[in-house]
Amino acid sequence: MRLLQSGIRSWPLTWQEPARVTCGAHGHPAVIYAALNARLPSVTTADAWHALAGGALIGVGSATLLLLNGRIAGVSGILGNVIRAAPGEQGWRIAFLLGLIVPAMIFGAGSPLLPVDWRWAAASGLLVGIGTQLGSGCTSGHGVCGLANLSVRSLLATLVFMGAAVVTVLVVRHLVVT
Amino acid sequence: MKFVTALCAGVVFGAGLLLSGMTEPANVLGFLDVFGDWRPQLALVMGAAVSVTAPAFLYVRRRGRNARGEPVELPDRRRIDSPLVAGATLFGIGWGLSGICPGPGIVLLSTRSGIAFVFMGAVIVGMAALTLLRRAAPG
Repeated sequence: MRLLQSGIRSWPLTWQEPARVTCGAHGHPAVIYAALNARLPSVTTADAWHALAGGALIGVGSATLLLLNGRIAGVSGILGNVIRAAPGEQGWRIAFLLGLIVPAMIFGAGSPLLPVDWRWAAASGLLVGIGTQLGSGCTSGHGVCGLANLSVRSLLATLVFMGAAVVTVLVVRHLVVT
Repeated sequence: MKFVTALCAGVVFGAGLLLSGMTEPANVLGFLDVFGDWRPQLALVMGAAVSVTAPAFLYVRRRGRNARGEPVELPDRRRIDSPLVAGATLFGIGWGLSGICPGPGIVLLSTRSGIAFVFMGAVIVGMAALTLLRRAAPG
C-alpha cells in the first residue's frame, strides 16, 4: 500500500497519461480516484505563510471589487451572470474573470494533481455548476465575501458545502478506495 | 474605468489563489480529508481573506455606497431557504469529487490540461441547464 501511495504521488497526473493500476485488496481501478488518492508531503511553515499571504491577496481583490465596483467577488455568481447574459454591464464581469487567469499565465500554475478520468471531472463540474447557481454562491461568494459581510445565509451555505465535501472525500478516499 | 478596476481586482484575486496553494486540488482535498492526513492551508487562506475583506463590507454597508460614492445594494444576509441548502449540498459533493471550485477552475485553464477544460465546460453546462430549467418553470 505504501509503495502504491508513493507511486501515485510521483505520477504526472495529467489527462494525457491514463494511469491504470488497481488499488488495494479490492482491486478497484484507481484510474478515476488517483487525484483523490494523491498525498502531498506534509505542510511546511512556508506553505502556511503562502496560505496566509495568498488569502490576504484574495481579500484585497474582493475588497477592491466591492469598494471600486460595488460588486461581490463571487466567481460562480459572476460566471453565471455572464452565461445567462444577465442585465447590466458584462464588461466588468468578463474583465474580472480574465484577470483571474493572468498571474497563472505569467508564472505558471505548476503541475496540479487533477482528476485523471474526464468523466470524473465532468461529474464534478456539473454538480459545481448546478449547485452554485441553485445555492447562489461558491467558496468565494459565500465562503469569503458572505462571511466577510457577516451573513447568516452565507455561513450556513459554507457549513453545508464544506460538510458535504468532507463526507464526499471521506467516502471516496477512505470507504471506496482503500 | 469599471473595466480596469475589475481587471485589477481579478488579477490580485487570481494571484492570491495561486500563491495560497488553492489551485492545487490536492491541498483542497487534504483540507477536506479531516479523517486522513489533514492539510490546514485552506482554513488559513479563508481566515486571511475574510479578515481583509470584512472592513470593506463594513464600510460599504454603513454608507450604502462604495468608495466612489455610487449606491451599492448588498445581498440578503438572512433568508434561509431550501434552494440555498440543496445547492450548497450539490456544490459540496462536486467540490469534494475533484478539489476544484470555480475560481481555481478558471486559473487551472492556464495549464491547458484537457481535464481543466472538461471541468469548466461542465460547470458552464450545469449553470446553463439550471438557468433554462428556471426559465421553463419559474419558482
